[in-house]
Amino acid sequence: MKDEVITREERVANLKGMGCSRKRVEDARFTQGKGNYVDDIKLDGMLFGDFVRSPYAHAKITNIDTAAALEVPGVLAVLTAKDLEPLGLHWMPTLAGDKQMVLADGKVLFQGQEVAFVVAEDRYAAADGIEAVEVEYEELEVLIDPFKSMQSDVVLREDTVDENGKPMDGAHGPRTHHNHIFTWEAGDKDPTFEVIDSAEVVAEETMYYHRTHPCPLETCGCVASMDKVNGKLTLWGTFQAPHAIRTVVSLISGIEEHNIRVISPDIGGGFGNKVGAYPGYVCSVVASIVTGKPVKWIEDRMDNLMTTAFARDYWMKGRISATKDGKITGLHCHVTADHGGFDACADPTKFPAGFMNICTGSYDIPTAYLEVDGVYTNKAPGGVSYRCSFRVTEAVYFIERMIEVLAIELNMDAAELRRINFIKKEQFPYTAALGWEYDSGDYHTAWDKALKAVDYEGLRAEQAQRIEDFKAGKTRSLMGIGLSFFTEIVGAGPVKNCDILGLGMFDSCEIRIHPTGSAIARLGTISQGQGHATTFAQILASEIGLPADSITIEEGDTDTAPYGLGTYGSRSTPVAGAATAMAGRKIRAKAQMIAAYLLEVHDDDVEFDVDRFVVKGAPERFKTMKEIAFAAYNQAIPGIEPGLEAVSYYDPPNMTYPFGAYVCVMDIDVDTGVTDIRRFYALDDCGTRINPMVIEGQVHGGLTEALAVALGQEIAYDEMGNVKTGTLMDFFLPTAWEVPNYETDHTVTPSPHHPIGAKGVGESPHVGGVPCFSNAVQDAFRAFGLRHTNMPHDHWRIWKTANELGLHG
Amino acid sequence: MSSKKHYSITVNGKQEEFLAEPRELLIYTLRERLNITGPHIGCETSHCGACTVTIDGKSVKACTMFVAQADGKYVTTIEGIGGLDDLHPLQNAFKEHHGLQCGYCTPGMITRATKLLEENPNPTEEEIRFGMAGNICRCTGYQNIVKSIQAAAAEMNAAKEAAE
Repeated sequence: MKDEVITREERVANLKGMGCSRKRVEDARFTQGKGNYVDDIKLDGMLFGDFVRSPYAHAKITNIDTAAALEVPGVLAVLTAKDLEPLGLHWMPTLAGDKQMVLADGKVLFQGQEVAFVVAEDRYAAADGIEAVEVEYEELEVLIDPFKSMQSDVVLREDTVDENGKPMDGAHGPRTHHNHIFTWEAGDKDPTFEVIDSAEVVAEETMYYHRTHPCPLETCGCVASMDKVNGKLTLWGTFQAPHAIRTVVSLISGIEEHNIRVISPDIGGGFGNKVGAYPGYVCSVVASIVTGKPVKWIEDRMDNLMTTAFARDYWMKGRISATKDGKITGLHCHVTADHGGFDACADPTKFPAGFMNICTGSYDIPTAYLEVDGVYTNKAPGGVSYRCSFRVTEAVYFIERMIEVLAIELNMDAAELRRINFIKKEQFPYTAALGWEYDSGDYHTAWDKALKAVDYEGLRAEQAQRIEDFKAGKTRSLMGIGLSFFTEIVGAGPVKNCDILGLGMFDSCEIRIHPTGSAIARLGTISQGQGHATTFAQILASEIGLPADSITIEEGDTDTAPYGLGTYGSRSTPVAGAATAMAGRKIRAKAQMIAAYLLEVHDDDVEFDVDRFVVKGAPERFKTMKEIAFAAYNQAIPGIEPGLEAVSYYDPPNMTYPFGAYVCVMDIDVDTGVTDIRRFYALDDCGTRINPMVIEGQVHGGLTEALAVALGQEIAYDEMGNVKTGTLMDFFLPTAWEVPNYETDHTVTPSPHHPIGAKGVGESPHVGGVPCFSNAVQDAFRAFGLRHTNMPHDHWRIWKTANELGLHG
Repeated sequence: MSSKKHYSITVNGKQEEFLAEPRELLIYTLRERLNITGPHIGCETSHCGACTVTIDGKSVKACTMFVAQADGKYVTTIEGIGGLDDLHPLQNAFKEHHGLQCGYCTPGMITRATKLLEENPNPTEEEIRFGMAGNICRCTGYQNIVKSIQAAAAEMNAAKEAAE
């Protein structure tokens, strides 16, 4: 077909660039069962490693006898802390500046803690070996409650106190008690207290954001293979940050980084679970070095829920002040953060409570103060960001509940209270009282659109009628209208204030254009279902004028991909997406010079048009990007190197601030506590939209994970530190049966500092969804005197709330 | 420990004979012994459905069935449902309607859906949601999975009508 007969619109469509719902290139292999996840990897002579785990939450280990285990057929080795100690690997650094036992060093601090690593020919032999390892424990007093822990004489971490038992300084400064980890502050304490203490109206509330778990369908795992002949270690694994894992492995093992190759194959969901470094990785590497064979370690579901990467566990105490007519004047938040036995949360180094200081939310609050105390207890270590940017779910839940409580205090409509306190469009860029500079926003437009879409007035009228009917005995069902308006802070982040273990949180893209006009681009991120191979090719297609279908996106192999900090905290599009656009622009700049040479005009006399450079004012004279690509490889152009490649390392100037307005309509059976989500409307503003189909999918998924957390999902412990929710029998993952259909909507407020204006979306629905579901439940009981009740709102707890309010007669 | 026995299972039309311990779970037989890695492991308690296969016409979770229980039976996995040259309408529909993200649940999900549509070729949304409730997806929120199954059902019914 002659190029000339194609219209400009057709040329744009052929690229499948930004803004179109391009179908995903990943799907062919996944729908045919041809994905390549870590547990699909098989290597010659591969062994299988698995852990002996502690049944106790706090105990001294007096003896470990491995002799019987070593007699079990198929068992090759059993590693204990004693074996790792000479290598300095019995402890490892956490991403939070703390350290963590790889294998129990004299004691255990949580149920399920790794005590010994059995290496065997297959899973069954490993399981038999585990049964045969004899561990003698001496039980110690268990501390599950962080408040009791801060009062207790029991020292959980002897390694953090001096010879007199006094707490030594931690990674984030002085510690006030031997079970205290850090205090972190933001904002101004005294001015905030003055404002609140002298305010016309003050609302106070204490809320517990329960412990839960990201629980991706694929658990964590790895395969370590030490090639002793070449001195090369290859480590395949479920890593959300493969380059960071390579650096960590190098730092703790002493193997030079160029001799380590980390590969993240297909990953079956991450949601924050797969950011950290876990004992299984270290033990697999050591076992491979010891045995000279590849060693695989794969968690089972109980291991996963009990040991790797819990999320939340924040006790939040808030005070919010306002004028009589509802203008907010001050906010105070104190958090007691339960980190378990080791502080293993995955936050940027300078932010031990993540971005909790976004807790002023979407509101123009002039004065605020936040204080977070981290505490050790006998629970699993972690504190990861489950489908959110570092603690933003906690922050948004806190402010969106405080707004509701203040609305009750003021006897005001909560939608109106939000409206009169939103940061106004003209205030952006807006510097919040707790320090962040919000890049852009148009909250009033989004809020009005959302309320109109659901007929908010109509819903309130219906609710009022329902309450009357309930009081008159005509119905046993109440109606809740859940509202939330959230501002996310994603795209970590600017190197000046964001690093993990000293590694700046930039990201990267490297592009190679092939002679025939197709390309490969490699990034420092790694998809876990987000569809990067599809969407990053769309960004590039629009930037360099080659069809997305002709662009391969590759991630996850540290030998080939440029260095990057990985995928979590909705950072891929804001950071690596920006790097992709910038690298594309470098390609375009060189292509412009080549085009000008070929067209025999000055560089400035050609301009880019969809898929080609045209001579200004003479559109019939052009060179397509495909032609330019070939010329880059076959022509000797004076002053221009052959080839067409580019690399960009992008250090974002600021975070991005996606926002959204959600409304949930829920019916609640007062006698059973059963909830029925009648309607859920979600408006998201993620700036420039790359692939609407993918965005919508992310919103559906994030909302469903929000539903889970708000309505039932928790990691619960008993007083002895036993995990009560260690299998999917007890840990709530919603099925198709429990999940409603969602209505999605959007506004577009591009980020002013991002090259393509995109802000990230994957985590918004979770961040905004949790308070929306929770507010719906609480709103249903507002007329009967409920101020606040803690999540998760499972049927039993809702029934209990109704009962306590006297609604059961 | 080892007391291996002889088993014969027909997987995706191919008869497989081997020695294994009776305690071996079928999912490991498929994945590790026979290199059929489409079915995945998500929970090992029958809850998540990532390991769903079809055995003698019924949807079965291979993570909680011993190889001994599968002896002499006919097993179909995602690999036997459709491949490059003969994609099942469900495989197309899941791509077309964005019914998957990380892909980990997808083989089990599609395997289950083939049975659902055999049992009920024209299911309502409610019947799909109920019939798929044994398969958990953490990414999609199910909305597009439901849409994918509806689309595949429509396509299969139209093809059947055209053939009649």
